[in-house]
Amino acid sequence: MNKFWIILSHTYMSKVKSKSFIISTLITLVFLFGIANLDVIINFFSQDDKDTVAVIDESDQLFAPFKETVESTNPDIELVKVEDDLDTVLTDVVNETYEALIVLSLNNEQMPEGTYYANRISDFGMHWEMEQQLQQLKIAMATNLAGIDQAIIEQIYEPISFQTVALDEDAKTGEEMSQTRGIVYIMLFVLYMAVIIYGQMIASDVATEKSSRVMEILVSSAPPVSHMFAKIFGVALLGLTQVGIFIGVGYGLIVSKLGELTGESQGEFTGEFFEVFGIGDTSPALYIYALIFFLLGYLLYATLAAMLGSIVSSVEDVQQIMMPMVFLIIIAFFIAMFGLSVPDTTFITVSSYIPFFTPMVMFLRVGMLNIPVWEIALSFGILIVSIILLAMLAARVYKGGVLMYGRSNSFKDFKKALALSKKER
Amino acid sequence: MTLLLQGVTKRFGDLVAVNDLTMEIPEKEIFGFLGGNGAGKTTTFRMILGLLEATEGDIRWYDKPITYNDSHLIGYLPEERGLYPKLKVKDQLIYLGKLRGMHKADILKEITYWLDRLKVPHYLERKVEELSKGNQQKIQFISAVLHKPKLLILDEPFSGLDPVNVELLKEAVQELKDSGTSIVFSSHQMGHVEELCEHLCILHQGKDVVKGSLREIKRSFGKKNLIIHADIPLDFLQNQPGVLRYRPVAAGCELQISSEDVSQRILSELQEKGFIRKFELEEPSLNDIFIEKVGASYE
Repeated sequence: MNKFWIILSHTYMSKVKSKSFIISTLITLVFLFGIANLDVIINFFSQDDKDTVAVIDESDQLFAPFKETVESTNPDIELVKVEDDLDTVLTDVVNETYEALIVLSLNNEQMPEGTYYANRISDFGMHWEMEQQLQQLKIAMATNLAGIDQAIIEQIYEPISFQTVALDEDAKTGEEMSQTRGIVYIMLFVLYMAVIIYGQMIASDVATEKSSRVMEILVSSAPPVSHMFAKIFGVALLGLTQVGIFIGVGYGLIVSKLGELTGESQGEFTGEFFEVFGIGDTSPALYIYALIFFLLGYLLYATLAAMLGSIVSSVEDVQQIMMPMVFLIIIAFFIAMFGLSVPDTTFITVSSYIPFFTPMVMFLRVGMLNIPVWEIALSFGILIVSIILLAMLAARVYKGGVLMYGRSNSFKDFKKALALSKKER
Repeated sequence: MTLLLQGVTKRFGDLVAVNDLTMEIPEKEIFGFLGGNGAGKTTTFRMILGLLEATEGDIRWYDKPITYNDSHLIGYLPEERGLYPKLKVKDQLIYLGKLRGMHKADILKEITYWLDRLKVPHYLERKVEELSKGNQQKIQFISAVLHKPKLLILDEPFSGLDPVNVELLKEAVQELKDSGTSIVFSSHQMGHVEELCEHLCILHQGKDVVKGSLREIKRSFGKKNLIIHADIPLDFLQNQPGVLRYRPVAAGCELQISSEDVSQRILSELQEKGFIRKFELEEPSLNDIFIEKVGASYE
């Protein structure tokens, strides 16, 4: 068996079987499951089914219409008319017999007014809903008083038709953009997480092998370059396994959850659900681009991580040496986030050709704009060339770096590592 | 001639780690490679293995440079012990064996043989970090010889072992030599080298200060050791011509003399003075030679 494959499968198998991998995967799965069943969990903790709100109606005519509008918009609220005086009812509210108390009355202009009493007033609580409903009631009463036909009122409030048409060839229609926004968002986030998590894993793996000095045996039996790439691809495979499990389980959960809600017309509803996130009927080309940009982006950053990991001598130093790489991916991520709202600015266009930003920013442009194929091909070219250049540099640094021990971990070590790997003049 | 280093020099910037080193390592023999700390031994080994490139000079093994294609023929036990602390002995050896081009079935057979041979069969399923330093060393040794290498490089193989285990490993090394492995062996323990090696090289600050066959080196060193046990006072010998070093011991004294002839002169002089219990002319020990050439003891 080729040594590359031996190292790759060793890296993969020893990580897949490791406790930390199994535990982190399980925790994430539990988390996913929890999110999918959030409604069940919330219902479990808030068992009282209806909030009862007491109403003192000083006008003697507002209660009936108010009760109807409130209860029809929110079936969880029940309004009860009480005849007791204010203080008695307030005591009941304090004792939590009632959730709240509303005193309804008519002002001088015969328009409704209300006062809301509750133990706590929260920002988006019930009072806000009550106010809305009372406002509706007022509009109805006022228009009625003015003698305006109900049909006219409905016409006034009917939403208008408003369409947007983009004339620039590059631009996608608003509809298209919102469709792809979801997938762009997900890809950016997954790449960001993958680079941080698996980049860190590669670097600390290399540093561990160095600090346990097993590296010397490894590089004496297999070339450092194939060792480095076996490590990068082994961890990539691990990442794909983990992400694959998450996506598979996540998809399954969503489908089964929606199935529960809608019964027979499950398929249809699932489709609609995914459409909200823009995953419904986006073109398959976008998925292929996402995959290519993801793999190239991962390779670029993973090569950098392996190189950085090879020049430190202990696992504790990994965090420090990884900082530049983490900054790079954070900057790329924020540029891409910024670009989501303004994908056609010069700034975004320029940064989409800077190698370490390309995987995110160019994919964002592919997703949000109609850019010509040659631009995409060019960015692939730039990425592949930079990966090859970086890999050549990394291989040199790696070859010298893995034999280099010492307490310093500054970037002077780059030079030292490079010098170690070649003949000195 | 199996391994040949010719005018090998390695410079790291201004530092000359190995300076114009030429040596021949014979086939199917144990070759002693000595030197103080920082003398350039590990750098030389790394150059032989191709981990470092020589700045100048040429390293050839059967007339070819060593490449990764030969890695299944080469065994290496580095000075710093290197194993995965979290991995079981068995998995560890399987992985390292595979990297040396072996098949799993053969590896398992060899593991069983070697663990029994070194009297640690019960460590098969244990993690390396749970083992004592000496036992880790045995596992490290197994990883270097598992694939029956033709060229075996042992950098300080006996460090951290108790005398019983040193004997055990020494026997194993002898046995490997007898079965046709060429071994390069570095140690600070002169006794081990004297016992095992026919040829050797002493490295000092990157330079080969002594090399050749052990017997030749000792003879050409010239100086001899003389041990005298006698009932008469011997301190007058201190000032005799040809006596380089005088060390009194309980029963008499030990001398270092500049040549064999001096001993005969002393003998005739002593005979007149009184009763002599012991008069022994000894070859110089490797330690003496090492101290003389390198100027410091590592015993």
